[in-house]
Parts: sequence; C-alpha cells; structure tokens
Amino acid sequence: MNRFKDAEHLLRVVAVFAVGILIFVVLRAFLVPRSFGEYGHYRGNAITEMAGQPLAFAGNESCETCHTDVVAVKTGGKHAGVHCEACHGALGKHADDPGTVQPPKLDTAVLCVRCHGVNGARPKDFPQVVAAEHSAGLSCETCHQPHNPMKGLGAKP
Amino acid sequence: MPVQGYMYPNEVELAWGILVVLYPFITGLVAGAFILASLERVFRVEAVKPTYRLALLTALAFLLVAPLPLQFHLGHPERSLEMYLTPHRSSAMAMFGYVYLWYLMAVLVLEIWLDYRRDIVLLSQRTKGLARLFYRILTLGSTNISENALRIDERVGYIITVVGIPSAFLLHGYVGFIFGSVKANPWWSSPMMPVVFLFSAMVSGIAAVLLVYMVSSWYRKRAIDMRCVDTVARYMFYTFLIDFSLEMLDLVHRIYEADESFRSLDFMVHTRLYLSQVVIQIYLGTLAPIALLALTQVLKLSEIARKRIYAAAASLTLIGIFAMRWNVVIGGQLFSKSFLGYTTYKIGFVAKEGLLTAIILTLLPFAILWVLVKLLPPWPDGEAPPVASAAHGDD
Amino acid sequence: MKITRRQLLILLPATAVAWDSILAGTPETSPNYKLTEHWWGMLVDISKCIGCGNCVRACSTENDVPEGYFRTWVERYHVSDYDLADPVVDSPDGGMNGFPPIPERGGKNFFVPKMCNHCADSPCTQVCPVGATFITPDGVVLVDKKYCIGCRYCIQACPYGCRFLNPKTQTAEKCTLCYHRITKGLTTACCEACPTGARQLADLKNPNDPIHAFLRTHTVQVLKPYMATGAKLFYNDLDGSVR
Repeated sequence: MNRFKDAEHLLRVVAVFAVGILIFVVLRAFLVPRSFGEYGHYRGNAITEMAGQPLAFAGNESCETCHTDVVAVKTGGKHAGVHCEACHGALGKHADDPGTVQPPKLDTAVLCVRCHGVNGARPKDFPQVVAAEHSAGLSCETCHQPHNPMKGLGAKP
Repeated sequence: MPVQGYMYPNEVELAWGILVVLYPFITGLVAGAFILASLERVFRVEAVKPTYRLALLTALAFLLVAPLPLQFHLGHPERSLEMYLTPHRSSAMAMFGYVYLWYLMAVLVLEIWLDYRRDIVLLSQRTKGLARLFYRILTLGSTNISENALRIDERVGYIITVVGIPSAFLLHGYVGFIFGSVKANPWWSSPMMPVVFLFSAMVSGIAAVLLVYMVSSWYRKRAIDMRCVDTVARYMFYTFLIDFSLEMLDLVHRIYEADESFRSLDFMVHTRLYLSQVVIQIYLGTLAPIALLALTQVLKLSEIARKRIYAAAASLTLIGIFAMRWNVVIGGQLFSKSFLGYTTYKIGFVAKEGLLTAIILTLLPFAILWVLVKLLPPWPDGEAPPVASAAHGDD
Repeated sequence: MKITRRQLLILLPATAVAWDSILAGTPETSPNYKLTEHWWGMLVDISKCIGCGNCVRACSTENDVPEGYFRTWVERYHVSDYDLADPVVDSPDGGMNGFPPIPERGGKNFFVPKMCNHCADSPCTQVCPVGATFITPDGVVLVDKKYCIGCRYCIQACPYGCRFLNPKTQTAEKCTLCYHRITKGLTTACCEACPTGARQLADLKNPNDPIHAFLRTHTVQVLKPYMATGAKLFYNDLDGSVR
C-alpha cells in the first residue's frame, strides 16, 4: 500500500499519456480521408481526380471525324503518320466547338524548319535542308503541300 | 557561374536548402547532449555531474525548436499532421513524427520531470501567482516527495535514460538513414551515413553542452569545475577520433573504388565544395579541434590554458559539424545525377527558407534555454554566493 | 478487381466534369476503364527522334507545366569517339523550342527524350512519408497534389531527375503519362504531338499492343538499369553514353 502511495505520481503520468493517445486515436478516425487505402497507401479518390483533368489536345481520331478531305490528301504521303495537332497545336477547344473556335494560322517559315532544318543530331535518313539554300527565300508551300509534301514532286532538286 | 556542364533541367534548383541542413544539426545537438547526460546517469561517470541537468535542458531547448526548420521548409506545413495520420511505413522520413514525439515525451520530458520533481514541488509551495500555478500544474497534482517516492523516481529515471540512449540514436540516426538510403545519390548512399551522423552528433552535442556550461559559469561568475570539463573534453576527444576515422574511411573507400560517380564528386570537392568541405569542415572544424584537444591530453597545461583550448575546440567543432551537415545536404545537390555538370545554391536572406530564418532558428534554442534555466534552475551550486578568486582567473 | 457501385458513384460525377471537355468521337469513356486491365509504359525510339521539341511544348500545354520546369525534356548528345564516359550534352530550355543548329562536329550525335519512367519499383513512391505519391493499379506513378506536403524527398530519390516542386501548388510534380487521356483511350500529349512516332504509348498488358512485337525484335534498354527501378520507359537504339 505504501509503495503504491509513493508511486502514485507515476500513475498520473501514465494517465496523461493515455488520454493523449486516446485523443489522437479519435482524431485520426475523423481526419484520415475516407478513400485512403482503397488501392494502396494513398487516397483512392486521387486516381479519379487525376483522370478528370481537362484535355487540351483533341487527338487525331477526333480531327479525322470531320476533316475527311485532309485525311484523303495525307493518305500514302510522307506525312500520313504525322498527327494533325503535331503541326496545328492543341485543338481541343476547336473540336469542342468547331464553329466558334478557329485554329490559328500557321507560319511555315518557322514550323517546317523546326523539323526539317539541318541539325547534325538528326537521323541521317531524315529529310533536312538548309532553308535559305533549298528554296532561296521562297516559302515552303510554294512547292510543298504540307499535308502531302512530296505530292506532285519528282526527284530531289 | 550558375550551371557548369550539363544538369538535368529539374536539378538546377536545389530542392533542399539551409533549413534541411539545420534540422540534422539541431537533432544532432539533442542526441549528443543527451548522451552526455546519460554518461553520468547510466555509466556513472560522476565527474560530469555538474553538466547533467544543464545537458538535459539544452537537449529540450533544441528539441522544441527542431521541427521548426522543417515546417518552414515544407510546401504545405498545414498538412504535416499527415505524418501522424498516414505514415508511409517504407519511408524513413515517416518515422519522424513518432520518433520525435516518443523522444520528446516519453524520454526527455519524463526524465526531466522525474529529476526535477522535488524542486518542482518545493517551488510550487514557495512561489506566488502565475509561477505558482505553473509549478502546480507541473506537479500533476502529486506532492509526494518522500524518500521512498524519490527513490522510485531515481529508479524509473535510470530506466528511462537506458531506454533513452537507443531512442536518441534513433532520433538522429534515422536522419542519417534518410540520406544514406537514397540510391539515386552517390554522395549520400552509404551504410556509413547513419553511423557518421550519429558520431558527429555526439561530438557536437558534447561541444555544445561544454560551451553552454563554460559560458553560463562565466556569466554567473561561478567557478568552473575543472574535473568536469576535463572529463567532458576527454569524451569529446575520443568521440571525435572515432568520427574522424569513420569519415576518413568513407573518403579512402570512395577514392579507392573510384566508381562512376567519383570523377564528378572529386571535381566538386576540389571546386565548388572546397571551402566548406576541405577548409571549414576538415581543417578548421575537425583537424584543428582534434589537435587542440590532443595537446590537453598529452601536455600538462594550466587551468586557464585548458579552459581557453576547450572553448576554442568546442566552438570550432560546432562550426565543423554544421559544415559537415552542409556538405552532405548541399553538396549532394550541387552535382548532376548525370555526372556531367554542377549547379549553385542560391540562398535568399529574408525568405521563407532564407539565411535570416536559419539564423533566427539557430538562436531561438538559446532563448528557450534561458527561459528553461530560469524556470528549472540546473545549477549544482544552487544559490551559493559567487566565488571571486584571482587564482581561478575566470575568463 | 471489379468496379464496385461505390467506385462508379465516384467515377461518374468526375466523368461528368470531364465530359465538358470530352470531344465527339472519343473512343472510350472513363466508366468503362478497368484499372486492372492495363499496365502502362512507353517506348522511345532514338533512331526516330529529330529533336523538334514538339513533345515538350505539347506536354507544357496539356498539363499547364510552370515555366522553367519540365515534365519531359529532350537532350542532345555528342559522343566524339570511343569515350562513352564523356559525352557532350545540352538541353536548351529542355528542348522546348528545338535545338539551335551547330557546326559539324563529327562523332555520334543524337537526341534523347526523357520523362518519368513510371517505375514498377519506384524509389520515389518508396520514400514518400505520407502516401502522396503512388503507383496506380494500372502502372502509372502519380502525385496526389491535395495530399502532398512538399517535403521534396521524392525529388531527391528519383534517379532520373524527372521530378520538381511546382512553385504555384508547392507540391511535387512530374509526368503523369497524361493519365486523364490514356484512361479515355487517347494517347499522351507528347505522343500525339511527336511527328515521327519516336514516342509511343504502350500498354504492356494488352496482348495486341505492338510494343510486344517491338520488344521481341529490337535492341531495347532502360535508363540506369543497375538502379533496379523497374523502369517502364523503353528506349530503342540507346547509346551507352546516355546518362
């Protein structure tokens, strides 16, 4: 009995700790997000939230749905595999509302050179030219149809 | 120049800055101060008893500040509770919340409370007003300071100190593991990292308590217990020798194996990291204090000479150990993981993670310590009148 | 794992929000997407990359990437001779505006697009202290920006340097493999914009995906294989000098 009296202050400490732990356990039940742990150690809802991000690029298939004429021109040509938005930029808004949202006009002087300008690190079999020498200042569409660039053209100049 | 050679584009800006350097420095001081205190309590090194309570209060002051650099560093400190709610068990960093809380409450606060309980009860009876309320709350409602009760306190305190030693190792060792387990970074990835961190922590903690004891004795115009500081300095010396050996082992091993990362790291140490690593950490912060301490071990020096050497050695040690943390954290981010380039650490002054914040957070523990020694006086010589003596030649 | 009614109840409102941006003729919609039927990766063909930077710009547009930070980037390598340990590498602005032409310097020169490798044993998810970054059941490593505390441990742990701290959201960020697109049957923005087909999304669990045939017939590598990260970004024609 005596020993208990002399150790009683330690029990008070234990009680303080016990209360603290209890408060934490209760708080935890409220604060951990509901979907946490659904698939792993993370908020399950994060997956659906990320999947719901808005789209900027429409994707080739949706362009082809309307612009079948361009698809026809591209078929069999050198740019057949080049997606529309690779040159025309993100057109999600246009695909959403084709009448109102017009895609921006492209500047071939910049656009074509970006891929086809000579650069030592490009694969050797990739068509590259020094624009000034190749066309003497003329714009690329003078001879090349962007959607089928080698159409109607014979051997290399 | 900012970037030399090639860095991956996202590597140019450092992700971990001075506050992440400060955090292991602070917890290192905590661990080291506690180990010093345990020297007396567990290993019965009676000579260091004058520093026992001071070491505990120093540890507490630094421990209270320890989470602050992290809070200032986090992008979302308001979410830091998540570490308690959903700690990711595979992450060494997730340990932080629980290890910190365990060490703070179940080790340090409890041990201080048990050691001071008699004083707290007496103070709760002798003071008035707000102070009286404060001490009464601290007693947790129990005023039993009978011999039996105090003997029980002594016993339980001993057990807590024994448990506290591995807890202190864990508190600081896990930080070493945080770095040592990152396979992506060859400057950090090493099994030696937690061990090196721990030993350098012990050195810095002992140095800090030594300095605090000497400075507070000088301030209070009390005599310094030379037997005490001689012993503390001796332990600092031995621990430093071990720490230095470990760091040299890491260096020699690195140079010998010369793996993929070696050329890049070697270049970094000789250029961007030269001042902080070679000059400050190794020459000034390690070799100089070791040499100074060696002098006191080998030669028979006068009291005043020993005091000056201890103060100098301890100060240099603290600078050196801070530099070690800097070189690990900042050094680990100055080179590219492509091993082809280097960047610079740009630090702001008045910024969330700026130099001013770091300075304030470094000074804050001393302010807290000042308050703690007022509330819970740790002085072994109590209220005795100051000893003014020409023979002692207080500095 | 079947999708439960509860999951559907969460997915449908999310889809309704996304529907505003979903376009005519979209092949697949979210509610039909089953997490366990996919295991995403990507194939990058070095022999086809021309360093036009379309992918970097497209990613930036699609994902609102803050300026100066990169979810994907392109590096240009110059290897002079047999010294694979000393390539000369540059990536001006991550390759966002292509690469300025350089005088002929001989040796080997090529482009290497980089991005998150969506590692199956990712070191970044291992070190996250709170569970804010994770790998989905369909193999995409994502960051929950509502849960991330911004400690930057994941940024340190990534061997490939693909993560950064978004200065606006103050959370860790990186390539999401355009999760919002691939779960609707679209391809990633970078693959969509790549004019030469150097970047191709791959569903490693789909037996009809051409990646399987490709992997069987080509010499492919992953970056830093000794890190054992289980990287799912496969490179064709990757030179030994690439870091």
